Amino acid sequence: MTDLADQSRPRSRTTKATEVETGWHHPSEHRLRRLVLEHRAALGTLAVFLVMMSIFIAANPAVFMTWSIYSSVLTTLPVALFVVVPLVFVVTGGEIDLSFPAVMGFSSWTFALLVQADFDPFIAMAAAILTGLVLGFCVGALVVYAGLSSLIATLGMNFLLRGLIQIVNEGKSIALVTLGDSPAYKIFSSEILGVPVQIFWAVGFVIFATLLYNRHRFGAHVKAVGDNPDSAKQMGINVKRVRVKLFVFMGIGAAIGGTFSTMINFTWWPTAGDGYLLPVLASVFVGGTPTWGGVGTVVGGAIGTLTVAFIQTGVVAAGLSGFYVQFFNGLIIILSLVGHRWNQERYR
Amino acid sequence: MAEHLIEFRNIKKSYGSVDALGGIDLYVDKGEVLGLIGDNGAGKSTLIKILAGVVKPTCGEIIVRGRPVSGWNAGRSREAGIETVFQDRALALQQSIVHNIFMGRELVGMFGWLKLKQQLAEADRLMREIGFTSEAYTPRSIVGQLSGGERQGVAIARAIYKQADLIVLDEPTTALSLAETAKVFQFVRQVRASGRSIILIDHNIHHIFDIADRFAVLDRGKIVLEADRSKVKSVKELVGFMEHVARAASAGGGHAKAAGGVAP
Ligand SMILES: Nc1ncnc2c1ncn2[C@@H]1O[C@H](COP(=O)(O)OP(=O)(O)OP(=O)(O)O)[C@@H](O)[C@H]1O
Ligand SMILES: [Mg+2]
Repeated sequence: MTDLADQSRPRSRTTKATEVETGWHHPSEHRLRRLVLEHRAALGTLAVFLVMMSIFIAANPAVFMTWSIYSSVLTTLPVALFVVVPLVFVVTGGEIDLSFPAVMGFSSWTFALLVQADFDPFIAMAAAILTGLVLGFCVGALVVYAGLSSLIATLGMNFLLRGLIQIVNEGKSIALVTLGDSPAYKIFSSEILGVPVQIFWAVGFVIFATLLYNRHRFGAHVKAVGDNPDSAKQMGINVKRVRVKLFVFMGIGAAIGGTFSTMINFTWWPTAGDGYLLPVLASVFVGGTPTWGGVGTVVGGAIGTLTVAFIQTGVVAAGLSGFYVQFFNGLIIILSLVGHRWNQERYR
Repeated sequence: MAEHLIEFRNIKKSYGSVDALGGIDLYVDKGEVLGLIGDNGAGKSTLIKILAGVVKPTCGEIIVRGRPVSGWNAGRSREAGIETVFQDRALALQQSIVHNIFMGRELVGMFGWLKLKQQLAEADRLMREIGFTSEAYTPRSIVGQLSGGERQGVAIARAIYKQADLIVLDEPTTALSLAETAKVFQFVRQVRASGRSIILIDHNIHHIFDIADRFAVLDRGKIVLEADRSKVKSVKELVGFMEHVARAASAGGGHAKAAGGVAP
């Protein structure tokens, strides 16, 4: 390649060479602009969150001065984060996964059964994660190798897995009375200075996933596959394998989320995970990941989760009745989408 | 006989009842430019997609450096030193230039973490060498914002980044201005001078005649002419043969024999 460089550069722009050198590398004053542009989806989500919170706080400042309102959100938020973040990957990869609520229920069921049978909770957690991994692989293999639409196939899997849970358990829950004394509980579910520790694990997970998304080959392949699967294939990316990996990642996230939620409640219910379907989907899209694949933002998704988590708390704390919650949910989703639509462009 | 760099043996491809390729035998040698010509739908792109590992042949063998390949796919093809500029360019439009250049071949360190700085520097260097894109663009620019010709430049840059032994160009100049076209052919000559090979598909017979060492003419999935540059006296002869091929095709008859003026 050096021979080409030597010949072509002087030929084309001898006189402008120095000008080009300086103009090419964007000087530092452009750096901020570039960062804002590159992260505009996440920044937009942050703006929505801040505006929403200011309105809530303005409506009832006193309530928002108390720690308990944040503490309750911080307990449940991590569960959602463990699911939202992998879903950002899945959506970026051009797929969707609606089976995660049942996978959450199924893997935490494994956890609950093992803890009940007096296994160490660490082992139970590992088994739960393995369950999620295997289920994710099954869902992924079904979608990818049978060539099914992920929207419908994962919806089917969600019913199927939940149905199995229901058939076996007949509505009975599992209480985990011994869990509270275990070291695993201290590490994953206690409080440090009044802050629920789950949030630290979740934040760690978000940071790891952000790096995976932006600075790892896996993230690069996911974006390429979601953007244009034909091009990705032509460039030698194993498109099918990448897609299966997406569902495996989703399964692992769902397993961790499900286990955390069981730990928080000391009880496993056959419905575990069910309530997360719509809020989690909303969080991903409120977070600024578009539906068409190829682009997305993990940090935006995390802020989206925070936004969705605060709507309910905020509406009630602001003095409105619980009947307003759904209305505000819808309002925030629509406003966010309109906002993102305006600052994102899909190239064809 | 010295082994060929690449050899196709009896490659066939059918799509349902359509025979896109009906038994292709063809080779490419080290340091030569093979011009592949033929009408629309003749099967040129299908052939090079088979070489790139993107399309699986119905039957037939590909032999790379004397060895028949097995389990051939796009990844293997690139590992074997074959880079392709596809007719559809195979770009991901929402991604940056650097992401596209390294797509499927990312520079990674331990555990698959990307060497982002190095990728940016390499992409930057490559863009300057090629000079296809206007200077307003950096390696971080999104490919979807580029013009058609500039996008094509990215695809070509990607193919030349690695010093591949064989570079396949499927109609590389369709969207390019005269100056850019000249650059592409200048590049083709440089590659040949460095002892590497090119397969060039182009509908402009004058282009092909100017630059190729050997020609292969495809007609409805069959090779109807394979000739050295030295055997063809003038571009007129080649054009005449192509017209003959087209007439035979529209008459619905069998494949044209290499008779119309060109002595194979
Ligand atoms: N995916 C496909 N499914 C069905 N038929 C196909 C497919 N791809 C190519 N064909 C058929 O195979 C034949 C050869 O196509 P190919 O793209 O190789 O032609 P080509 O020589 O590259 O033509 P052009 O000069 O127009 O690019 C055509 O008749 C085309 O319709
Ligand atoms: Mg073609």
